[in-house]
Amino acid sequence: MTAELGHFSLVLAFMVAIVQMIVPMVGAQKGWRGWMDMAVPAALSQFVLTLLSFLALVWAFVSSDFSVALVAENSNSLKPMLYKITGTWGNHEGSMLLWVFILALFGAMVALFGRNLPHALRARVLAVQAAIGVAFYAFILFTSNPFLRLTMPPLDGRGMNPLLQDPGLAFHPPFLYLGYVGLSTSFSFAVAALIEGRVDAAWARWVRPWTLAAWLFLTLGIALGSWWAYYELGWGGWWFWDPVENASFMPWLIAAALLHSAIVVEKREGLKAWTILLAILAFSFSLIGTFIVRSGVITSVHAFASDPSRGVFILLILAIAIGGSLTLFALRAGATQSKGVFAMVSRESGIVLNNILLVVAAFVVFVGTIWPLFSEVVLGRKLSVGAPFFDLAFTPFMVVVAMVLPIGAMLPWKRATVSRAMGPLWGVLALSVALGGLVLVLQTGTPMIGPIGIALAAWLILGAGADLAQRIRLGRQSPGDSLRRLVNLPRADLGKMVAHAGLGIVILGISAITAWQTEDIRVARPGQTFDIPGPRSSYQLRFDGVRDVKGPNYNAIEGEFTVFQDGREVARLRPQKRVYTVSRQPTTEAAIRPGLFRDIYVVIGDPQKDGKGWAVRSYIKPFADWIWAGAIIMALGGLLSLSDRRYRVAAGAARRRRAAAGAVAAE
Amino acid sequence: MIRRLVLIAALLFAFPLAVSRPALAVLPSEMLKDPVLEARAREISKGLRCLVCRNENIDDSNAKLAHDLRVLVRDRLKAGDTDQQVVDYIVARYGEYVLLRPRVTGANLLLWAAGPIMLLLAGWIGWRYVRSQRGDGQGDGLSDEEQARLRELMRD
Repeated sequence: MTAELGHFSLVLAFMVAIVQMIVPMVGAQKGWRGWMDMAVPAALSQFVLTLLSFLALVWAFVSSDFSVALVAENSNSLKPMLYKITGTWGNHEGSMLLWVFILALFGAMVALFGRNLPHALRARVLAVQAAIGVAFYAFILFTSNPFLRLTMPPLDGRGMNPLLQDPGLAFHPPFLYLGYVGLSTSFSFAVAALIEGRVDAAWARWVRPWTLAAWLFLTLGIALGSWWAYYELGWGGWWFWDPVENASFMPWLIAAALLHSAIVVEKREGLKAWTILLAILAFSFSLIGTFIVRSGVITSVHAFASDPSRGVFILLILAIAIGGSLTLFALRAGATQSKGVFAMVSRESGIVLNNILLVVAAFVVFVGTIWPLFSEVVLGRKLSVGAPFFDLAFTPFMVVVAMVLPIGAMLPWKRATVSRAMGPLWGVLALSVALGGLVLVLQTGTPMIGPIGIALAAWLILGAGADLAQRIRLGRQSPGDSLRRLVNLPRADLGKMVAHAGLGIVILGISAITAWQTEDIRVARPGQTFDIPGPRSSYQLRFDGVRDVKGPNYNAIEGEFTVFQDGREVARLRPQKRVYTVSRQPTTEAAIRPGLFRDIYVVIGDPQKDGKGWAVRSYIKPFADWIWAGAIIMALGGLLSLSDRRYRVAAGAARRRRAAAGAVAAE
Repeated sequence: MIRRLVLIAALLFAFPLAVSRPALAVLPSEMLKDPVLEARAREISKGLRCLVCRNENIDDSNAKLAHDLRVLVRDRLKAGDTDQQVVDYIVARYGEYVLLRPRVTGANLLLWAAGPIMLLLAGWIGWRYVRSQRGDGQGDGLSDEEQARLRELMRD
């Protein structure tokens, strides 16, 4: 019964979305207040209905209702409760339901927090948001219905891909979708502004928090996925340039560009058309990402769904959304005149450079991702585009971004000189280059990525520090005065510094692990001790033996290793080889001893034919955790910026005005 | 060649589960005694695609075919081939699809040039845009009421 309720709610939400797409839009065009304002209750009821629908599906998974086809195919009564819940979105249909649920959530949030928006703008934003919803409700109901019943329910379900039964991956999709779908709000605002023909600072002030929130979730989602790959796939790879990863990385890059250019609209009333275009592109890449992942058109590690009817449907949504919005942009962008005048060297042009580099980098990823498809279909030449291409073609852009970032961040608005902005940075530059030189001298291998990466990372981190020091006039005024300035520093400025330093930390982690990771592959016998060479100190591993372990829904062989660093015991590691009882699918569980400066990573493989030895792989991975720590710090910077006083003040001002309007009963 | 493709297709569709068998990727038994030769083999392997996998190189893959290819690479190296000769040998047998780093020939030139071309184009647009911003921008005419509203919103 609950499944039918969920299905029914979803159909109702679809109906509500159709009304919400049309009525407020017509109202806004005609200036009919009542028609405009129905967008708010419509958005809220749409949210309640999708929530009901989503909860109905969660309930089907939690209660192991195997008469629902989706549950029978993707769940099992033996699965731990956590994975029964997360199993709801660990499949195509469920993940699409999560997608529209989050879309409706953002719509409801615009309706709730957008009380201070002009009525016409709010009506149009919610109408565009509803139009996206209509497309995806139709997609779910017509091609991917999660609530279909089986006439002959099985006694138990077929289980879930064991690789997905993991906390890292369980929460990876919700974060990613909050990011993907959050960008729909920026898109709706952009399209509404184009229809309205007006973009102003207040518009940017409404758009920027949504973009920031989406970018923040996307950052966390990508980091979570990368971390999962690192510990779960068994060799510590953390980024594969897989089409599915690229699908989330492209919108991330564009969103990063967008949240910078929106600052210019907000503070200087410049880059308006530019910002609108980025908002359209960001969500377009989200849609392209959804298409890549959900259609299975580019087969890759994560693509589970491959049914052409779905692919064609999403392609249609893609064509209408992207084609329509870009046409609208071409027709109306001329109307968005920018006010702010700025010189060739200024914060504004620095942000233009940032936008160019990020967008072109995203474009390179895009071309590389679709090239095999294009080549095969159009040219009949079947080929692969893998990590070596992306490493070569993408990395230079990030190197340039990192090189110009600290300077751009220090440039004042409107008119600036590079020499003045460089003033506090010369010391940082010298220190970073010296650090890179030191690394070059100390490292034994030849990879240049080590010294270059470390120099860039230092440049970013110390550059952010120099920015902060200048803002609080550290050393030039009394410490008390500096402290007072630090406390009074706008959160947005602090967020900027934290996020930029976070990028430096990510670069440091990536460079170090790429340059200096060491590896040891061998057959080990219980009792045997062997050396693994580390980049700085040497490690000994003692293989103590194996034992059988029984988990809730798997059986495992567990190896036990004692790790010594310079003769001192530092860790006991227990890597596993699991076989899941339902799917009979085996997985490896690496044992990792994390550390600030290095991870020790051990994997156990198959027993050898003689029955005495086991294949063992061990790694020393320097600065591995800095990659994800840096990403979290970047997200934290976004959060700080999001909590800036001006966004809260804007909401407060609206409340005061409403109160005043209520008092005189007129507006 | 056709038969091999059919075989690969059959492997692709018939045994998707076999692909993710987590034996270790590079097995101790495969490794060459000579560390220099082994290091070269590893480097070559990182650029070759495991044909039955989804976007994995043969160095990371656990598939049987990846194992066979790793052994093949090492056999060629032992026979005295240069790195290029080994890669050419594998490509001759398995096609261009096996290369993770596409060759810079024919239409692929466009793929490799896409970034630089786009950068020039975007750089040119950006430069023109920034230059045009030095002129007098005209306001987009907010009404007084809107100006007042804006001031209120912008008030820190």
